[in-house]
Amino acid sequence: MNTLIFDGTWDGMLSAVFEAYTRRWHLWNDENDIALLRPDAPRPLFADNVADVTTDPERSKRVWKALEQKMERAALSALTVSFLSEDTTMDTPTLRFIIKVIESRQKGFERNFADNDALAIVRTAKQVRYDAHRLLQFIRFQKAADGTYFAMTDPRHNVLPMILDHFTDRFADQHFIIYDHRRGYGYFYDGTEPRLITLPANLNHMATGWLPDEMLAPDERLFRRLWQTYFKAIAIKERTNPRKQRADMPVRYWRYLTEKN
Amino acid sequence: MTEATLAKLRVLAEAAKYDVSCSSSGTVRRNGSKDSVGNTVGGIGICHSFADDGRCVSLLKVMLTNFCIYDCAYCINRRSNDIARATLSVSELVELTMEFYRRNYIEGLFLSSGVVRNPDYTMERLVRVAKDLRTIQRFNGYIHLKSIPGCSRELVMEAGRYADRMSVNVEIPTENRLKYLAPEKNHQSVFAPMSYVRQGVLQAADDRKVMRHVPRFVPAGQSTQMVVGATADTDADILRMTAGLYATPTIRRVYYSGFINVNAYDSRLPMLKQPPLVREHRLYQADWLMRFYQFNVDEIADDANPLLDLELDPKTSWALRHPEFFPVDINKADYPTLLRVPGIGPKSATMIVNARRFRRLTTSHLKKIGVVLKRARYFITCGELSAPCVADTSPAYVRGCLLPRRRGEHPDQLTFDFGE
Repeated sequence: MNTLIFDGTWDGMLSAVFEAYTRRWHLWNDENDIALLRPDAPRPLFADNVADVTTDPERSKRVWKALEQKMERAALSALTVSFLSEDTTMDTPTLRFIIKVIESRQKGFERNFADNDALAIVRTAKQVRYDAHRLLQFIRFQKAADGTYFAMTDPRHNVLPMILDHFTDRFADQHFIIYDHRRGYGYFYDGTEPRLITLPANLNHMATGWLPDEMLAPDERLFRRLWQTYFKAIAIKERTNPRKQRADMPVRYWRYLTEKN
Repeated sequence: MTEATLAKLRVLAEAAKYDVSCSSSGTVRRNGSKDSVGNTVGGIGICHSFADDGRCVSLLKVMLTNFCIYDCAYCINRRSNDIARATLSVSELVELTMEFYRRNYIEGLFLSSGVVRNPDYTMERLVRVAKDLRTIQRFNGYIHLKSIPGCSRELVMEAGRYADRMSVNVEIPTENRLKYLAPEKNHQSVFAPMSYVRQGVLQAADDRKVMRHVPRFVPAGQSTQMVVGATADTDADILRMTAGLYATPTIRRVYYSGFINVNAYDSRLPMLKQPPLVREHRLYQADWLMRFYQFNVDEIADDANPLLDLELDPKTSWALRHPEFFPVDINKADYPTLLRVPGIGPKSATMIVNARRFRRLTTSHLKKIGVVLKRARYFITCGELSAPCVADTSPAYVRGCLLPRRRGEHPDQLTFDFGE
C-alpha cells in the first residue's frame, strides 16, 4: 500500500494529489492501494511506501485548475464543503475522488452515484450543509449592555465560515459575535467587516454560553421571558409529540436555546 | 413592553396556534443595505424552533386581537365562547417582532386577527402593522398576512405591497357544509380576496415586463388551509379542492389541519377522541404526490376510493391498484416512471438517472443511493434475482408484506382457532 502523509489543510490535500501523480501512484490496480493520512494517525499495517507531502500553494493551484475544467461549480462546492467536515476518515476517499475526476474522460464523474467515493463526498457535503442550516435555525443572540448581540454555538463541523454571510447580510446594522465553543474561535461583526476573534476560554460565560446578568441589556430578560411564554403557548396540547420535537431539534442544540433554558 | 404584554402574548398566541401555516419559504430577498435589517432565504425556509407538539416555529404566529364578531362552530375565538380576550397595539406588535427577529428567534411575522367591527376595519389594522414594519423599521424579513374574508379590494392591494405571502382559509371544501358551521361565511367571501391577490400578482408580473422597478406584490404567493374531520367531507372532496387551487397561478401551499374539537358543547361538530392525525398525514402525502411526483388527483382518490388508506401511504396504494404498471426496470425506465415506484423519491430518482450513465445499477447501489428497498423491492427489477414482484404475485400478498407489523405478531406461524 502507498501511503501519503499530509498536514490536514486543503492546500495539503491538493498537493497530495500532485504528489500521487509525480510518484505515479494514481495508476492503481486496486483502489485500496492508496491512503492519505494525517501525521498523528496510526500507520496501516502493510504500508509499503510512505511519503510526506510538501504543502505547496503552486501545486495545489494547478490541481484545482484541473478540477475546475472537469467539474461543475456545484460539485466543486460540494467537494470543499465536505472538507469542512474535518472528518479524517474522508481524507482517503477525497484523494481518490479527485484522482478519479481528473482521470475520467468526460465531465460529470461527480454524478456517478454508483461510485463509493463520489457518493461519500455528496453525503458528507449534505451532512455539513445540514449542520450549517441547523445553526441558521438555532443560533440565539443575547443582547449585551453595550448593544452587541452574542451567540454561542457548538457545531459538529467547522461551519462558521459558511453561515457568516447569511448573518452579516441579515443583521447588517447590528453588532454581533458568533462563537464556536468547540473550536475556540468566532467572528465579530461591527457593521463593516466580520473579524476573526478568539476569546479567553476560562471565563465563566464562555463555558456556559450565557452572559451574566450584569452584562445583559436591561430588557434582555423580559424578551427572553416573552419568547419562552410564546414558545409554550404555541404548542397544541392535544398533539404533543416529543419524539418529533427531538428529531427536528436534537437535544445537543438545547444548551444554547433560549426557550429550553 | 411590560408584564401586561406577556399576558396578552400568551392569550393571542394560544388563539393563533390552530392555524397550521408557518412556512417562510417562497421568496429570496437579500438585505444588501447597511441601514435596514432582515432578509429572506427561500429554499426550504428556516424553522427556528420546534414546539412541544413537534410543529415548527418559523414565524411569530400571533393574532392582533382575538375578539371576533363571527360565531364559527369550529373556532376557539367565536363570539359565544367565554375566554380571555386581548388586543395588541400596533406599536407593541412591531416592537415584539423586531426584538425577536434581532435575536434570531423568528424569520418574521405571521399576523392574523379576529374580526372586530367589520372586515375592513380589521384588515386596515393588519396592514398598518405590515406598513410600519416595512417603512418605519425598514424590516426586510418575512411577513405573512391573513386577508380577512369579506374585506375590500383596496386593502388587499395595499397589504400585498408589504406582505411576502397572503392567505385566506377555505376551511371546509364544500360550501353548504361551510355555511352550516360558519353561518356568516361563504365561499364567495373566501375566494374574493384570493382572486384580488391573484390579479395583483399577475398585474405586477405584467408591469415588470414594461418597467424594471415595479414594487413586488406578494412574491411568495398565497396559501390556504382546510380542516380535516370536522364535516363529512371525504378525502376526494378535499383533494379535488386542493387540485383546483394548485391549478390557479398563485396558490403555493394548501395546509390540512386535523380537527380538534375546542367547542365540545356545539352539537353540529363530531365528537372525536383525538384529532385525526394519521388522516392528516396521508393528505399531506397526497399533496406531495400532486406537487412533486406528477400525480393527478384522480389517481390518488376518486369516487370509487373516496378515502385514503390509513395503513399505507397513497403512493403505495396507487401502486397496489395498478400492478400492471410494474415491475419498473431501474436501468431503463425514464424519470417520471421511476417516480411512480414506492420507495423512490425525486432525489433518489435523479441520482439513479445520473448514476446509470456510468454502469448498470444493482440493488446494492440502490440501497446506498437511499432507495427504500423495503418498499421498492416489490415493484422493481434490475437484472438480478429479486423479491416477488407485485405483478407476479398479487396486490393482496404485497400489501400483507408492506403493512407495519405489530409486536408479538408472527405471520409465518400458523395460529389455531380453538373457538373459545
